[in-house]
Amino acid sequence: MQIKNHRDFWAGILFIVTGILFMVLSRQYQLGTAAKMGPGYFPTILGGLMAFLGLLVLLPSFKGPKVEVSKIDIRMILFVLVAVAVFAFALPKLGMIAAVFLLILIASMASHEFSLKTTLISAVVLLAFSWLVFVKGLELQFPFLPPFLTN
Amino acid sequence: MELLNNLALGFATAGTLDNLFYCFVGVLLGTLIGVLPGIGPLATIAMLLPATYKMTDPTTALIMLAGIYYGAQYGGSTTAILVNLPGESSSVVTTLDGYQMARRGRAGPALAIAAIGSFFAGTVATFLVAAFAPPLAEIAFKFGPAEYFALMVLGLIAAVVLAHGSVLKALCMVLFGLLLGMIGTDVNSGVARFSFDIPELSDGIEFVAVAMGMFGFAEIILNLEQKENREVFTNKVTNLMPRWDDFKQAFPAILRGTGLGSVLGILPGGGAILASFASYAIEKKISKHPEEFGQGAIAGVAGPESANNAGAQTSFIPMLTLGIPTTPVMALMVAAMMIHNIQPGPQVMTSNPKLFWGLIVSMWIGNLMLVILNLPLVGMWVKLLSVPYRVLYPAILLFCCIGAYSINNNVFDVFMTIPFAILGYIFKKLDCEPAPMLLGFVLGKLMEEYLRRAMTISRGDWTVFFTRPLSATLLVLAIILLAVVFLPAISKKREEAFVGDD
Repeated sequence: MQIKNHRDFWAGILFIVTGILFMVLSRQYQLGTAAKMGPGYFPTILGGLMAFLGLLVLLPSFKGPKVEVSKIDIRMILFVLVAVAVFAFALPKLGMIAAVFLLILIASMASHEFSLKTTLISAVVLLAFSWLVFVKGLELQFPFLPPFLTN
Repeated sequence: MELLNNLALGFATAGTLDNLFYCFVGVLLGTLIGVLPGIGPLATIAMLLPATYKMTDPTTALIMLAGIYYGAQYGGSTTAILVNLPGESSSVVTTLDGYQMARRGRAGPALAIAAIGSFFAGTVATFLVAAFAPPLAEIAFKFGPAEYFALMVLGLIAAVVLAHGSVLKALCMVLFGLLLGMIGTDVNSGVARFSFDIPELSDGIEFVAVAMGMFGFAEIILNLEQKENREVFTNKVTNLMPRWDDFKQAFPAILRGTGLGSVLGILPGGGAILASFASYAIEKKISKHPEEFGQGAIAGVAGPESANNAGAQTSFIPMLTLGIPTTPVMALMVAAMMIHNIQPGPQVMTSNPKLFWGLIVSMWIGNLMLVILNLPLVGMWVKLLSVPYRVLYPAILLFCCIGAYSINNNVFDVFMTIPFAILGYIFKKLDCEPAPMLLGFVLGKLMEEYLRRAMTISRGDWTVFFTRPLSATLLVLAIILLAVVFLPAISKKREEAFVGDD
């Protein structure tokens, strides 16, 4: 047997594995009865149904025309998501100024037309805008300056 | 007469200075993000949701958030016509003929017809919401747990049928969403399910984090992968006024689009996007000159633009009357109500008449603002489009992160967006639509709760769902819907209907 539709194949696998995973995890919770459902009842049904339907997605993927999964660009994913993670780490520890700069800088590097000058300008503009709108205007609670300076 | 009294109350509420101001802010923001490709109303509303904590009146908050949603429908068409890019997913079909009109130097009339059509549709749909919401809410009061459960099943099935792509995959996505919704403390037993001893997870996963990750961030990564070319028709917008025969061709299309959009908007999962596609297909089918479609037919702009705005408006009906969100955007509206301790459902109309009627009337006022605002300001919106994407996406990313943080003033929700961004990216690569998953996620806990209650009342007898007439009707409808899409003839038609929607 040869995989023809790669998108369906991997989607099917994903659904089957997730479905079974939830069924297995649900075993630690009480199942109960239909009249008195425990915390494990509904997730077990859902997981089972999902695994079954996942199988129905998987099986036809061995027939029909060839469909590949389009190219995955790890670089883009990394830059964007690392930027988010760094922001989340930096915000409570270094304050908003540093967090915003780091986010904009790292995220901008994902683009194929990265330029340091525009990035720095937009970081300054966005920082000013965020301070005005979110901190002053909407009065959201942000550690704006680095916490080690304010304490 | 009661309707008039109610509308009067609505005008009194929506007409206060505060509410007018926030309605204006909402539609302005909506137009802005509608114009910009790569950021949608979902991410924007999610971003602004925390900001509404500060508002003392929930009516004001909802008026603003609603404005963002239908404002985006207006803005999306501008980009579609001038840049051949759908600023908003519901304006995909507008690119077909709108852009062709722009290439022939008729961008002005295309923009004007889109705005006029949207305004007409918005007005009609607002009246429909006002007229049909109260009787529907009456029916909703007769609903017991079995009916609510059946209704949610119908809603999810409809969302699956209306999503494009494989029905089976969409069903799996719904189940995936329902399972994710199970994460967190179970209300009946107090057990923290699937939380792996992470304290933040015992409250469940934050909807905003899921929505931002799957729609916002995954979209950014996918956009970055395609190096796009834009051709903007900025200096060619001169004569806005459509010709008389433009009106003659457009008006019937506007009427049909409005009708179609109003009906399809009520259906779960459909909303504005489906309405615009269906309208385009119909206009092309009944046109005397179908060959003009794709070459700049004005009916191909007027119909879909009216349909998507009508659909955006009437998709409020199930949320307002039943308290059940039928689209991810409506789920956020529900969240906004809950922030202000309003339990969405049929009782909102009687317990918060000001909110209910104020919101409805504000939609009409907002539409009026949009039509006045948009045509003279087209030049300004177009300037925005010259902001390159490499400057835009870090800003979107930043605002999303700030939004995610301010839900609970906790970076945990920011971190949570990361796995969902990866998941959203993978799903897109595997042709799985994320929208049904998001709906499942929203409804998960509610559905389980109603299932439990129904089964407790029936003492474990599953036939209860079919012995109660209302519940049986809803479930039979769901089964018919599902059976119909699996019929070979229909599934082929369905594929045709979604062709070009990528």
